[in-house]
Amino acid sequence: MVGGTVVNEESSLNKDGTSRPPVKLGVENLSIHYETGAALENVSFDIREHEIFGIIGPANAGKTSFLKAVNRMDMFNPDMTVGGRITFDGTDISKVRNVYGLRSRIGVVFPLPVGLPLSVYDNVALAPRLAGLKDKAELNVIVERCLTRAALWDEVKDRLDSLGSMLSGGQQQRLTIARALSQEPELLMLDEFSIAVDPVTTMRIEDVLKELKSEITIILVTNLVQQARRLADRTAFFLDGTCVEVGVTEDLFTGEVVDQRTRDYVEGRFG
Amino acid sequence: MFEATSINRKNLGWQKLFRFLLGGMTASLIFPVALILGMLIFKGAPVISFDFLFTSPTNGMTEGGIFPALLGTILLVLVALVASVPLGVAAAIYLSEYAPENWFTRAINLAIINLAGVPSIVHALFGLGAFVLFFRFGTSILAASLTLAVMTLPVVIVATRESLQAVPMAFREACWNMGATRWQTIRHIVLPNAVTGILTGVILEVSRTAGETAPIMFTGAVFFLPFLPQGVFDQTMALSLHLFVVSTQVPEMPEAVPYGVALVLIAMVLLMNSASIALRMYLRGKKKW
Repeated sequence: MVGGTVVNEESSLNKDGTSRPPVKLGVENLSIHYETGAALENVSFDIREHEIFGIIGPANAGKTSFLKAVNRMDMFNPDMTVGGRITFDGTDISKVRNVYGLRSRIGVVFPLPVGLPLSVYDNVALAPRLAGLKDKAELNVIVERCLTRAALWDEVKDRLDSLGSMLSGGQQQRLTIARALSQEPELLMLDEFSIAVDPVTTMRIEDVLKELKSEITIILVTNLVQQARRLADRTAFFLDGTCVEVGVTEDLFTGEVVDQRTRDYVEGRFG
Repeated sequence: MFEATSINRKNLGWQKLFRFLLGGMTASLIFPVALILGMLIFKGAPVISFDFLFTSPTNGMTEGGIFPALLGTILLVLVALVASVPLGVAAAIYLSEYAPENWFTRAINLAIINLAGVPSIVHALFGLGAFVLFFRFGTSILAASLTLAVMTLPVVIVATRESLQAVPMAFREACWNMGATRWQTIRHIVLPNAVTGILTGVILEVSRTAGETAPIMFTGAVFFLPFLPQGVFDQTMALSLHLFVVSTQVPEMPEAVPYGVALVLIAMVLLMNSASIALRMYLRGKKKW
């Protein structure tokens, strides 16, 4: 028991006995409060490099607030206060002075696709340009690589100049993924990315995520417990602002669970 | 099976009555506009000619044209724009994108609302005190334009702020999340998408500035000048004041001249308004979300 959160330490060890990869994102006694009340209380867990870390839980569990805290979006929300500690590569992010540098290493994908009112090309080239890259040839390479990785290149390569916001919903969501990848992030956070996406596209994006795992760390917030089961190496179950359980994903579905509510949730008995 | 009950019939009766009443009141709005325009064109159009627009008044203003006044109004508007647009747009960007929600911001907002409510004659006295006397600009185009600029600042600020706030918050958040600073977000995403509304505000300001008389009377506009202004420290004639002069101050003025001047003034304002509407329609067609 660590600070009210049950961490299933045994099962977070690799089954073949190899040493565990280093911690990418450390969360210690994290609490998030808004003026209207607490969104998250006393949550602790570690997210390791090159894993897909799932976060499941019903609405108002504090999942999105957690992502906002990681990206220091509390700076833009005066009524949001973050307590406890989040470390990124061992550095306390609340002590980071160059928050723009921190944010540029973290890619975020929102539930509803936000196609910026720019062309497809400019959507993907925006982050490199903001970072100061001007070379046209280099930008071309980045745009093609990111769109290809997001499984969108073939559909848009002939209309890179048309507006990103005019693409279909599923295409726009892949565009936002390409945009997040253009930052060359070390950590990719996806917040219920498949809400506005059809099942076929969802499966394509899921395949992309599985490939990306070899290079970056991914946090996958999802309402779909089966999606977490398909993708996540480990999964945290959030409920009403607390983290009920963290463990190897498959254990939440078939193995020992510490809290019966976890099993009830993943089997669809509530939530 | 769909026969009307008495309640249905009663509701329908009221619906018809109110539709008629509301529609009738709306239609009645056309009358003043149509009457003003009709009378101006009917009585003023005969004097409009190339000479009327592009020569100076002669013979105690009863003959000749209105060129110095037309040029003066254009100059006053241009200088006022140069002064108020950068200031107003900058203030609006700060208020919309940076200002924290506190007493200071609320005080500024209150000041803007109050500035919009100050009568133009009070602005005139302020301009006289501040620009003509204190800053020693004298009665000049500069002093008159700055007075007009102060008066129309709220228009620019409010129009700009509203168009900035019409840009969805999600765009800003997406940008911030990828590590953009507030200014990068404003520069790359917010401003390009708010420019339509800002331009509309600017053109509204132009049409208001062109028609004002009181603020320029004490600060830079004169009844009659035998020469054209040579710079911003000169006095100038202006259409609005010229209209007042030829309507009330000159004996034996031909009846058509004031109507002609009024027609030119209103045509100028209407032209700018239609330009604003056309621009808005064009840019709305290109709206990106």
